[in-house]
Amino acid sequence: MTVFIIRRLLQASIVVMLMSIIVFFGVNVIGDPVYMLVSPDADQDDIAAAIARLGLDRPIWEQYWIFLKGAATGDLGNSFIFGEPALRLILYHMPATLELAFSALFLAIAIGIPLGLYAGLYPDKAVSKGIMAGSILGFSLPTFWVGLMLIILFAVELGWLPATGRGDTVSVLGFETSLLTLDGLSHIFLPALNLALLKISLAVRLTRAGVREAMGQDYVKFARAKGLSTKRIIFVHVMKNIMIPVVTVMGLEFGSLIGFSVVTETIFAWPGMGKLLINAILQLDRPVVVAYLMVMVLFFVVINLLVDILYSILDPRVRLQDQNK
Amino acid sequence: MTDINLTTPPKVETPFGRFVSEFFESRIAGVAFVALVTIILLAILAPWITPQNPYDLGQVDVLDGRLPPGSVAYTGYTMWLGSDGSGRDLYSAILYGLRISLSVGVASGVIALIIGTVVGLVAAYAGGRIENIIMRIVDLQLSFPASLVALMLIAILGKGIENIILALVIAQWAYFARTVRGTALVERRKEYVEAAQCLGLSQTRIVFRHILPNCMAPLIVVGTVQTASAISLEATLSFLGVGLPQTEPSLGVLIANGFEYMMSGRYWISFFPGLALLLTVVSINLVGDHLRDVLNPRMKK
Repeated sequence: MTVFIIRRLLQASIVVMLMSIIVFFGVNVIGDPVYMLVSPDADQDDIAAAIARLGLDRPIWEQYWIFLKGAATGDLGNSFIFGEPALRLILYHMPATLELAFSALFLAIAIGIPLGLYAGLYPDKAVSKGIMAGSILGFSLPTFWVGLMLIILFAVELGWLPATGRGDTVSVLGFETSLLTLDGLSHIFLPALNLALLKISLAVRLTRAGVREAMGQDYVKFARAKGLSTKRIIFVHVMKNIMIPVVTVMGLEFGSLIGFSVVTETIFAWPGMGKLLINAILQLDRPVVVAYLMVMVLFFVVINLLVDILYSILDPRVRLQDQNK
Repeated sequence: MTDINLTTPPKVETPFGRFVSEFFESRIAGVAFVALVTIILLAILAPWITPQNPYDLGQVDVLDGRLPPGSVAYTGYTMWLGSDGSGRDLYSAILYGLRISLSVGVASGVIALIIGTVVGLVAAYAGGRIENIIMRIVDLQLSFPASLVALMLIAILGKGIENIILALVIAQWAYFARTVRGTALVERRKEYVEAAQCLGLSQTRIVFRHILPNCMAPLIVVGTVQTASAISLEATLSFLGVGLPQTEPSLGVLIANGFEYMMSGRYWISFFPGLALLLTVVSINLVGDHLRDVLNPRMKK
């Protein structure tokens, strides 16, 4: 087990290194950062001074080395626009994004699993067919368009829910959260639902497939023969067996929720790191873009690592296969 | 001489004919297919069936701006879907936008398909270390969602139509590579490949003339689904303002332009382009979904 974890850790750090090379060279070789930094009316001397100050006159490998040394100590450069360390900006906006993503995950599980269970137990009912058709729509609808429709319907036409911002927040352990005030909850509902839509469809499909497969298995027949009530069979025996894959996949999708939150945050003016990224791209604020990309890479690598380890605990065959390679 | 019946030749069931009749067995898939063909035709015929060219400044009047659906324009025709902020007829703008959205989606889908197929075939046929390296890259890339990969690339490359296509291709080639490799690995072990090798055919010929045609079924399915997701992804990026510029007004750009008018209740400027996008993506997905069922021998009854 330890060997397996060490191997995976090594692989993960290689991935992070590779991605840092791609991101750094992508941003710094394709674009020319100097012209983002000096004012348009600067003369040659100013430009030369800026180049020297930023170390851009040195060979690119040396620049990368400096970047790497900075990254190791958490210094990814200062934002051109805000003049603050880019990493601090990202971390400052991260709680809002995490809050949104967790709420969406919660909605996906709370809505998707019961619907999928119903569709799996009664596959021929009209309601089930409706649920499945809805899940196809959920996969096909572009997230941003659904967001717009939610705003038109609930915020503009009906006026039930606000469409922008976080509302009142409460500070918990130094982090602001919208989840503890009524106003905050009304603000987070639409964006969280928007973000959750795709994952609701996913949860419906996974649960339905799991239930349909499980219902034909011997242990269900045996439980029936033993005279257990249908309720008990479904909620104790079947659910226990299908929850593990469903929850694992949903957990895996958490990373993609963070990625997709870029779209949702822009539509609902949610002050998370996704919106920060879009603004940084539009304003050519390269350090923030690089910092965001590196944080996301780290995030995904850690999630994948955790999932790998989790799988190897749940299913020892994964670990053994890895050793035989 | 024997009597040959020349008037009614026996009906021969070609594989293609069988495929067509099986495909249209599903009514939803049939409707989706017809809808898709209609959308493509509308996009191609746009200049001839729209009342105005929305990007010819001589034909657009700012006085027509923000008219609700059904209004009559200054120049006399009815704007069934209303007009946008600068007075363009939305129906015309949508058809012109469809052209851009569809061409970007199809172009990136096809390029990604070609690159992914070649890489996947090489991996499957070469095996060993080359396969290992290629599949590591594929796995690595697929561990990030395609939307995030595309967004990262746009952050690095900047906006513009070539960069969008490039970003979509890089974000999607891995799906094709994985599919082709999986199928090709199965095909490789079959007797006909062995026979071709015994005949002394060159490796390139075996890979492209014998293995590739047998990998086509899953490739077509992945191709349709990926094209739909490319169209949707381009629209998303354009909506975020990091995709296509205003000079290439795809459906996503149109929706983004309407966003600012939405809060004041002028829903149609975003709504109708969105509806067009939705119909396109859903019909491609439904066709792809059903192709999967028809082309997969295991699903046959």
